[in-house]
Formats: sequence, structure tokens, C-alpha cells
Amino acid sequence: MFRKPDWYEEWAKANPIRSSGPLVLLCTVGVAIIVAVGIILMANPWQTSTLQTGPRGLALGVIKIDANRTEDPTIAGYSSSEPIIPTGGEVLARDAYENAEESLGHLTKDNYDRLVTAMRSWTGIEDLFAGEENYQTVVARMMIQMTQNINEGYEEHVGGAGVNCYTCHRGQPVPSGIWFNNVPVNSNVSGWAAAQNRATMNSEYTSLPSDALEKYLNDYNVIRVHDLESRVDNEGTATIQDTERTYSLMNHFSNSLNVNCTFCHNTRAFYDLEQSAPQLNQAQLAIGMIQEINLDYLTQIEDVLPPHRLGPMHGDVPKVACLTCHKGYSKPLNGLDMVSDWPELTTTDDEVVYE
Amino acid sequence: MPEYQNIFNQVQVQGEPEMGMDNGQGLIGERVGKPFFSTFAGWVGNAQIGPIKLGFFGLTSLFTGILWLNIIGINMLSQVDWSLSEFVRQLFWLALEPPSPEYGLSMPPLDDGGWYIIASFFLLVSVCSWWIRSYVRAQELGMGKHVCWAFAAAIWLFLVLGLFRPILMGSWSEAVPYGIFPHLDWTAAFSIRYGNLYYNPFHCLSIVFLYGSTLLFAMHAATILSVTRLGGDRELEQIVDRGTASERAALFWRWTMGFNATMEGIHRWAWWFAVLTPITGGIGILLTGTVVDNWFIWAQEHHFAPSYDGSYGYEAYQAEGQ
Repeated sequence: MFRKPDWYEEWAKANPIRSSGPLVLLCTVGVAIIVAVGIILMANPWQTSTLQTGPRGLALGVIKIDANRTEDPTIAGYSSSEPIIPTGGEVLARDAYENAEESLGHLTKDNYDRLVTAMRSWTGIEDLFAGEENYQTVVARMMIQMTQNINEGYEEHVGGAGVNCYTCHRGQPVPSGIWFNNVPVNSNVSGWAAAQNRATMNSEYTSLPSDALEKYLNDYNVIRVHDLESRVDNEGTATIQDTERTYSLMNHFSNSLNVNCTFCHNTRAFYDLEQSAPQLNQAQLAIGMIQEINLDYLTQIEDVLPPHRLGPMHGDVPKVACLTCHKGYSKPLNGLDMVSDWPELTTTDDEVVYE
Repeated sequence: MPEYQNIFNQVQVQGEPEMGMDNGQGLIGERVGKPFFSTFAGWVGNAQIGPIKLGFFGLTSLFTGILWLNIIGINMLSQVDWSLSEFVRQLFWLALEPPSPEYGLSMPPLDDGGWYIIASFFLLVSVCSWWIRSYVRAQELGMGKHVCWAFAAAIWLFLVLGLFRPILMGSWSEAVPYGIFPHLDWTAAFSIRYGNLYYNPFHCLSIVFLYGSTLLFAMHAATILSVTRLGGDRELEQIVDRGTASERAALFWRWTMGFNATMEGIHRWAWWFAVLTPITGGIGILLTGTVVDNWFIWAQEHHFAPSYDGSYGYEAYQAEGQ
């Protein structure tokens, strides 16, 4: 019932416009859409799959592109051998060798040889335990105690798989994924501005603070920032700055395990442990474990390490965090059993139980 | 007959520059800059650039604004030890940060937020001068003050973020840093610190008005463009003397969704939606950390979000925790 105005047809005829332009555009876009949909339906190179980490309906899960799910290449470089079960009466290492490593002297000679050979392979250090002239031997003594302590005291975290030298070292004398204190990161500023706004390894290349690993995994700063009531007295509670530092730590967790927030958290309420996935408990155990490794073991070897192994800025010892073991996988070495063959590394007692 | 329209422009008006009115008593002298024509500007708007009226407040605003920007830039340059290549490389990461928390509301050392306070002062002067300018210009042109009151709504949010809330919290460290990524870090941390800002009802309102603004803008623009050939682009005439363009546009919406705005009213809809975005947002920010410390818990207490008292169903997953 509505007609175009009388003048319109005549005007339109007198003012023709080229309509093929939009048509070409339309066809191009149309073909592009058809091709894109076709690729996605038939052979999507970005096909994803999701690992569910919590109850349904809460979006708790880790989404990954299947093509990016690769096996850790360092698994192939791992070597192990079955323990030689003592039947009694074997020669002990400390009796067989004049310069046997004291912390392993209680092992039988055969098992001592086996373990030292494996450790040399795992760390890539050829002359490990060949004498204290090499500082690496002294470091290794401390690291053996550390490994035993982790397997014994943090079974909840490393449970099942356990850890040995290879978990961190992967055939390298110095493990990858270690870190040093690097604050201040900016020149000519002090305080808060000196600790952030620079792409560094410690900040996961974000502009978040670079001192998160130092404050939380070497010192004992409080990680949680939330108030658990709708209104509290604000005195002494966490600041925006504290929150950014925690966020920086969470970036380290996330990138070290190659997972996202919802691997552990229900993002509706980051603070609520009741709503979190069980992985969050694992992470909390790991925080305690890392603090212990850094403070009780690595700090102790400061005088042993040569200067070029210390931090470039502050001369501090190399320290560990999630990445040192995990190396981008939620289960290091895909959960490979690291201790069944090596009961020597699972107990701090001198009494090793072979089965 | 040539068509004259913006975007997909086939014809541009480029000729003798339009200098505006003169009263013969030096009025035209207030406008500075030799006008010129830009073909690019003509594609999307008026091809004529200039002249511009600066005046006292305009100059004040420009001067203090440039100072603010330069203080930030020179501080950033100083942070990378005056290396231009590092400045460019780290530009998105660098920032001029507010003072560390221990300084409260006192004047901190220059290298720990002092420059931030000085820069912020200049920004405050700059923004307020620009507001006064927008008011005075409207008055002198005999216009309503709709533009400057809308701008004032944005200034409200700006003042809440940088002045009112830090004072209420007792620390300048609560203010937003001047930096590309760092101000986004602040935004994310602000939401996380206070238990998820999505459960702040004023944040909800702000989002409604923000998204509503875009929807209204698209609906109105599409409606007017679609009746342009019927004279609908002459909106002011259509308001006072409704023609077939307005009739058709109104019928389109009434028959589509049962309701239509009016030719004048749609502009009030759009104005209020736009203005309420920062007003409600500012209220939400102002209440955060001062009145409410955990918005998710607050929302549950006030039946704004459901409480989940029962089991979350995690037991089934505990065994397989990895």
C-alpha cells in the first residue's frame, strides 16, 4: 500500500549507480564464508578438545587445540634401570670406593654404580661424584637430600610419579625454568613502579609485577587478596598492587602448566575454595613445596655455586618455581614413573627398601 | 543531481572556506588557523578543517593536557634509561604509576608517584578547562548545554577513579596508572580484588546502558538512513513537521516490535543511555572497597545472585585430581 514517491523511479533512472561493486564484494565474502565453514566441518586444523575439571555447567575445564597437544620431547631422553635387590652380604659403596659419595655410601656397590650412572645421564654431568673438586658434586649432595625430601614429604603433590634428577634437569647440568630476582626492572623509579611494567621472564612477559615469584615463592607473602565478607575493615587488607602481584603469580602457574584459570578456579569466585577444582589443593601444596626447596635447599648452596651460576643482578641462587618441573605440562613428563626404579631417592632414611 | 552524503561520499564540498559569522567588531579574529580542505576528512565528514576558536580555556586545556602527556612520556623514557629504541619496544608495557601504598594521601617522592600526582593535577585542570570551554561555546552559539552535561557525566567517572575514590580509600595508590597494559592490569585486578565486579549492580547497569547505547545508535542511524530518500535525514524539520519519512519510520518500528520512539524522543533516549553509562559506572566504582569489599558475597546476601548452599558435586572429581 505504500508506494515509492512519484518522482523516485524517474530520479533513479536518471541517477544510475554501479551495483556490480557491492555484488563482487558480496560474492567474495560469500565464497570466503563457504570455504571457512567447509574447512571447519571437514578438517579443522584448530579442532579443540576440553578437559573437564569440575562439575558441569560451571565452565570448569581446559580447552586446547588438539594439534598443540604434543608429547613432551624430553620423555624420550629419560633412562632408567631396575634396582638390584640386595640379598645380604653385598659390599657397600663406602667400603668399595675410597671416595664414595658419603650421602650414598650406605648403598650396595651395584646400586651405587647404577644410581651414579643414571644421575650422570639425567644431569648431563660426566664427572658427577668423581670428586669434590667439581662443585657440582657438592651441589648434588644437597639435591639428593632435596629429592628424597620431596618424595617423602610431598607425596600428595608428586604422588605416584615421584621425582628424580631428570624431572628438573632433563639432561642439562642447569635445569630450565629457573629464575633469579630481577627487581628493580625499571630505571630511575623506586617503590611500586620499579617492580612492574616491563616484559620480563618473571612477569611472564606481561606488565604485571616481576617480583611475584620472589615475594610468594621465596618469601612468605600472603597470596590471597580477597575479603571473605561483603564488608570488612579496610585497614591492612590487600591493595590493588598486591592483587596485581598475585595475578602475576597466577600467570606463572598458568603458563608453566599450559592451562587456563579454570583448571583450578571457578572464575565466578576465585577466592572460594569450596567452588574450586581439586587441582587448586595441588597448587597450594606445591607452593609450600617450592618455598621449602628454595629456602631449605637452594639458598644453602649459595657459597658453593660459582659466581656465573648466580643471579646477574643480585648474585642470588637460582630458584625453582612451577615451570622448573612442569615445563609446560600439567603432569611433568606425562606422569612418567620416576621413582619405582629408584627407592634410594624416596626416603631420607639410610634404610632403603628394595622390592 | 549529485548526492552529498558522508561515508561512501561521491561528492565533496571544497571551495571557499566557511569562516563563520562576524559582527564587524573583531569577532572573527577569535578564530585562528587558516582553513584547508582534506579529501580524507571529506569521506567521513566535513572536508573543511579549521578555523578553530581557542580562547583562554581552550589554551589552558591544551597547555596542561600537553604537559600531562609529556610528563608521562618523559617518565617512561627515563624508566628505560633514555633509550629511544627501548621506549618504543616497551611502550605498551611502560607506565607512570601512582604512588606506592605507604604514602597514603601525602605527597610522595618524585620517583615513586610524585610525578604521577603532578601529571594528574595537570590532567584535572585540562579536562575541567575543556568542560568549561564546551559550556561557554554552547552558550555563545545560543545552544542548549546537552554536550557539556554529557561530557560532565564522563568527567564524573574520571573523577571517581582518580580523585574521589582514592581520597575515600585514603591512598593515591588506588588511582589508575597511565599506561597501555598497566591500566588494563589495574582494571582486571580491581575486579578480582573485590570479589568479581560483575556482581556489582551498578556495573550491571553501566553495561546495560553501554550496550543499550550501541543498540540505540544502530537502530536510530539505520532508521534515519533508511528513510533518507523520503526526506528523513532532515530530522529537525521532521520533529516539528512530521512527514512521510517519520510516519514510515515510526510505523516500521511499531509494526515490528509494537512500540516506537518519536522523532525527537529517540535523541533523548540516546542521550540518557549514553550519559547513564558513566554515571552508574562511577557509582559502582565509588562503592567498591569503600562500602563493599566482596561483590559476589554482597550479591548473595542481597539475593541479587543465587546462593549455592548445597554440594557442588566435586566429590566425584576429587579422586582424579591431577
